[in-house]
Amino acid sequence: MTQTAKIHPIAKVIVVLILLFLAIVALFPFFALLLASFKPSTELLRYGLNLKLQAHLLSFKNYIYLFQEGAKYLAWYKNSLIITAVGTVLSLLFSSMVGYALAVYDFKGRNAIFILVLTVMMIPIEILMLPLYKLMVSFKMINTYWGVIVPTMVAPIAIFFFRQYALGLPKELLDAARIDGCSEFRIFFSIMVPLMKPAFGAMAILQAMGYWNSFLWPTVILRTEDMFTLPIGLSGLLTPYGNNYDILISGSLLTILPIIVLFMFFQRYFISGLTVGGVKG
Amino acid sequence: MENKLDYSVQAVPQKRKGNGIIFSQKVAPYIFVSPFILSFLIFFLYPSISTIIMSFQEVLPGETKFIGVENYKKLLNPHFYAALRNTTIYTIWTLIILIPLPLVLAVILNSKAIPGRNFFRSAYFIPALTSTIVVGVVFRLIFGELESAPANALLKLLGLPAQQWTMHWGTGMFLMVFLASWKWLGVNILYFLSGLQSIPKELYESAEIDGAGMFRKFFYITLPLLKPVVIYVLTISIFGGFRMYEESFVFWQNQSPGDIGLTLVGYIYREGFINNDMGFGSAIGIVLLIIVFVINIIQLKVTGAFKKEG
Repeated sequence: MTQTAKIHPIAKVIVVLILLFLAIVALFPFFALLLASFKPSTELLRYGLNLKLQAHLLSFKNYIYLFQEGAKYLAWYKNSLIITAVGTVLSLLFSSMVGYALAVYDFKGRNAIFILVLTVMMIPIEILMLPLYKLMVSFKMINTYWGVIVPTMVAPIAIFFFRQYALGLPKELLDAARIDGCSEFRIFFSIMVPLMKPAFGAMAILQAMGYWNSFLWPTVILRTEDMFTLPIGLSGLLTPYGNNYDILISGSLLTILPIIVLFMFFQRYFISGLTVGGVKG
Repeated sequence: MENKLDYSVQAVPQKRKGNGIIFSQKVAPYIFVSPFILSFLIFFLYPSISTIIMSFQEVLPGETKFIGVENYKKLLNPHFYAALRNTTIYTIWTLIILIPLPLVLAVILNSKAIPGRNFFRSAYFIPALTSTIVVGVVFRLIFGELESAPANALLKLLGLPAQQWTMHWGTGMFLMVFLASWKWLGVNILYFLSGLQSIPKELYESAEIDGAGMFRKFFYITLPLLKPVVIYVLTISIFGGFRMYEESFVFWQNQSPGDIGLTLVGYIYREGFINNDMGFGSAIGIVLLIIVFVINIIQLKVTGAFKKEG
């Protein structure tokens, strides 16, 4: 008798229907956004977001507006890309180093440092944003990419993840490399980093999404429109007058789309990246 | 130069100790962890102390003076109560929805009898990929005030009156909780799924031999063994709840009618940056810090995390 045989067919149909309904709820906003992006903004303003197909109204105009002169969208895209790329690379570098050291070395103060990592992990940056802002003012980092990146570039959650991963690295390799005369840094960069590839994959995604989607801290730091990231710029377009809806909708879609496409290819890394700290399966 | 040549011909290179102390096993770990130490001192310890000090100060440009507990006295006002109440109720709602529902869905999706399991898993997960702010744009439009907006159209279909979603406390809370539930459901399902997959199948098999039904198996095997995952999800949900800001921002920016969307983090932002009262903002931050710490300690006590990791 298998598990399969026990579920009543009618119960199964009901369960699948509920699952389908939830899937529709989960995907509906994307569908609505996609449809709206092909409609003129006047339509959207007058009738709101609706699901009528209205084939005669559909066009690519809203996407063309994004690239027009005067539209800041490309600048926001560029800012978001730079912050995401630089932030992710730096946070991977630093967090992997720290996590690795906490896992493979036995040194004085290791446990204390690990407890500090756990503590910082549990304190949201929002609580400290006022003093951090003042600090950034004195560092002259207001309205710069560095101001967004630097305070978040050593990521406790990634340190934690790398540590857990590095605990499973084969210690024999370490000893063998030492006997061969490798320095500790060469061991890390040329032997251990390649072994930690899956961890890097998962954390690259976690960090990149964090930077790409982050809002409050960049809002505090970035002051002028040409420095805005996508979430800041797009949220500013949402006015009751709806005068910006054409680029708001298509712009939002092009902000979300790359991540969903990446997800299709790297599902495994996304899932382990976003469920850090969960019990390993 | 000479040294370099030397190394290349050395047969037993352990003697490379002369290569400088930073390559040694003793010092290397400290260099590896130094980014964290620096970041901790500059971006955590210093701001923490600074926020405690500021909470007892009136912070004006060029002039700062100590005013004792004035800032904390000022906390006793309707805005703060609204922020605390909204944040707490929002957190409780996300716990009520985002733990049982994904748990049940994970159990369902873990059963091989369900067709399209991978599709459902991915479909539920996709919302987690998006920026709350950007997707919030769509939610604003879906829950628009027009009668033809999708949410109101649906209500009409069910014979219910159209709502002005962002104008009332109840519907406003619904919007925030709905957005959060929409976004995090799939992630929590995955947490529970990974927990479920670590439960040995033999347990279920022997329970079946003993004649246990679906519900008994759920309550006597699944639930107790999933306890660590449930506690973990509970903790991150509480943190997520108390640091909430974006779900409120997308519907009201920083100004909601009657503070129906005001949250603790939103209140820090409003007082600190918009009203330029950094001292008072810091006092709100300290209260939030204490809340988070207390929850933390309770959580560590319950799970004994310190014992395991220390």
